[in-house]
Amino acid sequence: MNNNPSNTIYTARHAMGRTVRGTAMVANDGFSARYDLDRIAGVFSRPAHKLAGRSYVGQVLVLDTAKGGVASAWMLREMASRGVIPLAIVFNSVNPILAQGAAFGDVPMLAGFDVDITAAIADGAQVEVDPVKKTVTVLG
Amino acid sequence: MKLNDEEQDILAGKAGPVPQQALRHQIQVGDFFHAADFVPVTQAHIMADTESLGEAGVAWLESLAATREGRRRVRIPTITDPRGTDFAKAAFLGQTKAMLTLEERAIAAFVKLGVMMTDTCINYQTVQPATRNEHVAYGDTGVVIYSNSVCGARSNFEGGPSALAAGITGRTPRYGYHLPAQRRATLRVRVDATPTSLNEWGALGGVIGRLAGNYWAVPVIEGIEGSPGSDALKHFGAAMASFGSTALFHMVGLTPEASRYADVADESLPVQRVGRADFEALQQSYRKDDKVDVVVFSAPQLSLLELRDLAALCEGRRLTIPLLAITSPQLKPDCDRMGFTRSIEEAGGSVLSGMCFYQSYAREISEAKGWKRLATNSAKLVNILGGYGYVPMLASMEACVDAAQNGRLT
Repeated sequence: MNNNPSNTIYTARHAMGRTVRGTAMVANDGFSARYDLDRIAGVFSRPAHKLAGRSYVGQVLVLDTAKGGVASAWMLREMASRGVIPLAIVFNSVNPILAQGAAFGDVPMLAGFDVDITAAIADGAQVEVDPVKKTVTVLG
Repeated sequence: MKLNDEEQDILAGKAGPVPQQALRHQIQVGDFFHAADFVPVTQAHIMADTESLGEAGVAWLESLAATREGRRRVRIPTITDPRGTDFAKAAFLGQTKAMLTLEERAIAAFVKLGVMMTDTCINYQTVQPATRNEHVAYGDTGVVIYSNSVCGARSNFEGGPSALAAGITGRTPRYGYHLPAQRRATLRVRVDATPTSLNEWGALGGVIGRLAGNYWAVPVIEGIEGSPGSDALKHFGAAMASFGSTALFHMVGLTPEASRYADVADESLPVQRVGRADFEALQQSYRKDDKVDVVVFSAPQLSLLELRDLAALCEGRRLTIPLLAITSPQLKPDCDRMGFTRSIEEAGGSVLSGMCFYQSYAREISEAKGWKRLATNSAKLVNILGGYGYVPMLASMEACVDAAQNGRLT
């Protein structure tokens, strides 16, 4: 599947938000705005996180699962108000908090695939997230 | 989602813009999770510390509170999780005027919306526990997992905006743990050693949370000896929810939905064994140093019984580094009245209420106070604080008090 990944389309079971195009930042790790991020600097800050030290701003995050507490429901909107926000978030599995936060913060989100989406999409790939069609497309 | 007549009226704006906005948000979330309809809820619990809300969140709350048209107040009992400060101890924590002003604005807005400022993450110990099959809309993952698992209530994790929406509309989308089928166990864990302290209960919860790995996994746990008390299950559940985003566990013979294993799970589930070595290894993985800058008891807030134990440990000591014990506003007066506050503070510690350490600008506190190496008996707290620049270390309450006296964790 990854030999010629361009234009490969993956379909999610859950989706919300606008269609966006951007660069995928991929890791087989979890996500919590409270636990994992320095939201002022816009970087992953938990030392054990596989994206530690990297800026998430304007990236299409492709991660395994939503983690941790309920604060992310507020934080995505607060991050969006300062422009320090991922472009979209794509999960293998999402919890209600991140979905509620995406709804409140107007962050496009997809979740639930038949493949491990963190293995299917390469870090740095150009992707299109289309919540209406419930798809993420690898553009190159 | 299927809407009844009342919900269609709310969506049409007949109850005013605040309920309309709340229901729209709930429908967006409900559609995402394929909810068939709404379920009425009896209580809501809002996590809304201002570190999370920021200026954007507080301004949004103020806009709701300022709405004159239609109904803006909550229609079911709606309470709050810890705030971002204890105003009486804000100077000690190095919190700024800007932080306190934001807190005051948020509180004023919540009061106008009819929210009760209980400021607690242990409402099941201090306000009113939910009961079996009671549908609620709770925030704070520790509150949800305890209420679902120990009380047998029904709630998803409801983040602040969604919990407030549930308070305003009196309902929540029917998905996840409101559905009986979702409450069946998916992970079978056999525990070979029963923890003997709160930090061990938290560490065990952390190990099982990591095994569970996501919100939709439901562990069923066998092998626990005796009957763990409320504080043990509080730390166990809070850590499991923190490490695994887990919202429900069953404990065979102990929690209300699992009188027998077969009540909640199929025999075909493979058995995962967890022993003392596993939860000791989790605890040891955080021992990066032996020097300690600060000791914190928080996350969850301390019960009256924990405060009693801590006061007895502090009695007659002279602490050399700061020790913070954080409880709920409901319990603080009893802690004062029974002399526990005096015992802790005469030793050099501080008793705070209505906040929780990680929800109170922990990064800024670290920078203002020079606190980096932190000892605690809360597995949940060590899991969170790594992302805030701390070196958190997990130990027993006794070892933490010793560290507060000697400056070293042994």
